[in-house]
Amino acid sequence: MIARSLKLMAGLLALAVLGGCVSPKTVDYSAYKQSRPKTILVLPPLNNSPDVKASYSLLSQVTYPLAEAGYYVLPIALVDETFRQNGLTTPADIHQAPANKLQEIFGADAALYITVTDYGTRYMIISSETVVTASAKLVDLKSGTTLWTGSARASSEEGGNNGGGGLIGMLITAAVKQVINSSNDAGHPIAGVTSARLLSAGQPAGLLYGPRSPKYGTD
Amino acid sequence: MFKVYAKWALMASTVLVSGLLAGCNSGPKTLYQWESYQPEVYEYFKGEEPKEAQAEALERDLQKIRSTGKTPPPGYHAHLGLLYLSMGKDDQMVQQFRTEKTLFPESTPYMDFLLKNAKTGVVQ
Repeated sequence: MIARSLKLMAGLLALAVLGGCVSPKTVDYSAYKQSRPKTILVLPPLNNSPDVKASYSLLSQVTYPLAEAGYYVLPIALVDETFRQNGLTTPADIHQAPANKLQEIFGADAALYITVTDYGTRYMIISSETVVTASAKLVDLKSGTTLWTGSARASSEEGGNNGGGGLIGMLITAAVKQVINSSNDAGHPIAGVTSARLLSAGQPAGLLYGPRSPKYGTD
Repeated sequence: MFKVYAKWALMASTVLVSGLLAGCNSGPKTLYQWESYQPEVYEYFKGEEPKEAQAEALERDLQKIRSTGKTPPPGYHAHLGLLYLSMGKDDQMVQQFRTEKTLFPESTPYMDFLLKNAKTGVVQ
């Protein structure tokens, strides 16, 4: 009996360890591939961090990875103004807006719902760390189906060695330099890295390339 | 003969190295020339810099983009249109929304919605 439960525990432990190493890559892209969105409407992010700057700091930097992935991204500030003119002034209100209404006004194929969970600097004795964490959900505006979900974190303490490489690696180096120079809004450059990590195509479990990319249909 | 060989080897290795670099470093080749679009969008939200200065910065960058023959990113012209709208320059606003439509036909429903509302006098 004891031997059996020990075996079971060992088995569970092994699974947990393996689960920790191998990140879940089994993403189901079937709905995404069927929907083939061309245009993405990014809604102002919900902010669960204590810093009021978080939503618009991240929102102003989502166009780059999405457009470079091959999507048409609706003009960020103009969309925000349209919401305001229609009485939707907070991200929470906007996230509640019915999908068919969004589709009607903006003519977008899909909407991106983002939540910021961390934004800011933790001051420690020797050094301080600036962290931005966010998660996102891509929803088809015609059917209401969730096409993709993801989350990402970036930190000023990552230094040069990061798993992302390439574009994201360059962004981190630039961001860390900027953090040193901009103490009043240190989260902003880090949010740019979080955005690139969260919304770039061509990475495991990431967004698929859109129609304006030469790599469209290859993933 | 040897010289020709050496030249070829050099060329081949250059091509190989740049190929490798392109493979590891997905950076340099972008679909759009971004310039200050995202920083200016952030400026707009912060509301500290006058709208005139924001529009000037984007117009200046547009000259740079045109001179290289590349395309500004999605939303660039639409954002300029928004700035002109807030400055009361309706003609320039209409022109910018139309340019956005020409560059990105995907924006047509939203740009038409904005242009229609602008015509009827309702701001957005």
